Amino acid sequence: MNLDVTWAKAWIRTSAAVMSEHRVELINLDRAIGDGDHGENMDRGFQAVLSKLEDLPSEANPGDVFKLVATTLISTVGGAAGPLYGTAFLKAAVAVTGAADLDGSALVAFLTAARDGIVLRGKAESGDKTMVDAWTPAVDAAEAARAEGADDLAILVAAAVAAESGAQATEPWVARKGRASYLGERAIGHRDPGAQSSALLLRAAADTASMV
Amino acid sequence: MKKLVNDPRNVVAEAVAGFGAAHADIVRVSTEPVYIVRSDAPVTGKVGLVSGGGSGHEPLHGGFVGFGMLDAAVPGAVFTSPTPDPILAATKAVDGGAGVLHIVKNYTGDVLNFETAADLAAADGIEVRSVLVNDDVAVKDSLYTAGRRGVAGTVLVEKIAGASAERGDALETVAAIAERVISGVRSMGVALTPCVVPHAGEGSFSLADDEIEIGIGIHGEPGRARIKLEPADAIVDRLLGPILEDIPFVAGDKVLLFVNGMGGTPQIELYIVFRRAAEVLAEQGIDVTRTLVGNFTTSLEMQGASITVLKLDDELTALWDAPVQTAALRWGR
Repeated sequence: MNLDVTWAKAWIRTSAAVMSEHRVELINLDRAIGDGDHGENMDRGFQAVLSKLEDLPSEANPGDVFKLVATTLISTVGGAAGPLYGTAFLKAAVAVTGAADLDGSALVAFLTAARDGIVLRGKAESGDKTMVDAWTPAVDAAEAARAEGADDLAILVAAAVAAESGAQATEPWVARKGRASYLGERAIGHRDPGAQSSALLLRAAADTASMV
Repeated sequence: MKKLVNDPRNVVAEAVAGFGAAHADIVRVSTEPVYIVRSDAPVTGKVGLVSGGGSGHEPLHGGFVGFGMLDAAVPGAVFTSPTPDPILAATKAVDGGAGVLHIVKNYTGDVLNFETAADLAAADGIEVRSVLVNDDVAVKDSLYTAGRRGVAGTVLVEKIAGASAERGDALETVAAIAERVISGVRSMGVALTPCVVPHAGEGSFSLADDEIEIGIGIHGEPGRARIKLEPADAIVDRLLGPILEDIPFVAGDKVLLFVNGMGGTPQIELYIVFRRAAEVLAEQGIDVTRTLVGNFTTSLEMQGASITVLKLDDELTALWDAPVQTAALRWGR
């Protein structure tokens, strides 16, 4: 399918359902090495987005959807995840401003801008055991798939798979940013909750593109 | 787990409504978005002080809004930083034309949300300065962590900076005094039990009956080490050692000694902790000239305590002694 406004809205609706479904899983990951609020906050934020999605004008494009997601997450999620996901969607929306649908290079630009937004706000680097460890592999995999001539769906699937591996790869690491960094070696053996929610979000993007 | 709540999702809104009703002589509350301001805000010509953070640490921060301390407090969901919108609204509500100081505990979420709000306030023409409280010596301060957390020392920063603003100091001066308190205050805490976040319904971590967590934060996050329960004096020594070595505090220093309860520990135990801490300081020739004991920076119903030591000089002492009228601290007025 085309990655147009219908896809963008469907992705966000699916994400809201996925965050509700995985609320307890994210809370449990966060209880282990953080403070246990990540699932609650993501669920609250995406439910708020859901209720605003219908207010978008009919001529809205994907960038408008992502800008709405950004401002809503910033004002409803709280914690670190609100500003981080909010900035990601804001920068990504700007990267695709005005486009009616996203081709391969626009999709890669979208994912890259999202990752750069997270890095800008959170100042984390790869290997710090954060969301960045899901996003950077996803961006790299998307770019590699695009270079090989993959279509939009295949690019999104590559990004989702890489984000899932990236999230899993955080398990044996010591955290260097965020609340888990206070734990030192006690963070070892636990997956980073933000990397996990990032992987869920990208998996929802790929699933939505394959369904519609 | 039994709690006195209605719907867990309404815990903060209902508590803030109750707080406003109970202390209507001192504060008024905004419900949409949620913040608490002193009843006479904005005070023309006075620097406004705004703090905030996740709920669950009461009386921090709402209990410290009033004459001589904070102008506004912005409570987020339990253990979750508030979003930029209410921080911005509170900043506007207390701006008396002399600028606003944000007092932020050093947690990634608080820092990011306050930063965003400060940017938005600046865009609206309000001069905002921010200070980061990071008094917890249990966390290594290095490139490899998010830096030290802000814990009970925040109360002392808010009291002393509040007195500075109340006597008419300019924004630069109030910020400099807040920084002086931050550079001279150190804390460390212990938990005997975890706490239960209302919407989570189970303990923030698990502890066996005979185990305690040393070096906890105030959000129910686990500490740096788990050990077997020991007599109070031995636990106090474990907390006080790293605090005193850190700046360091040395013989001849005048200090404020603050023993803070985490919410579920009775006063009788806090005074046992205070007794030993004062004894150790006296042995080392450190002069305890001011004191504070009680539940001021809590972690819901957690059993445990933290010890905070602040290096005092004549000016900081005078600012500590200055009148204050808030729900949780009241003297001299």
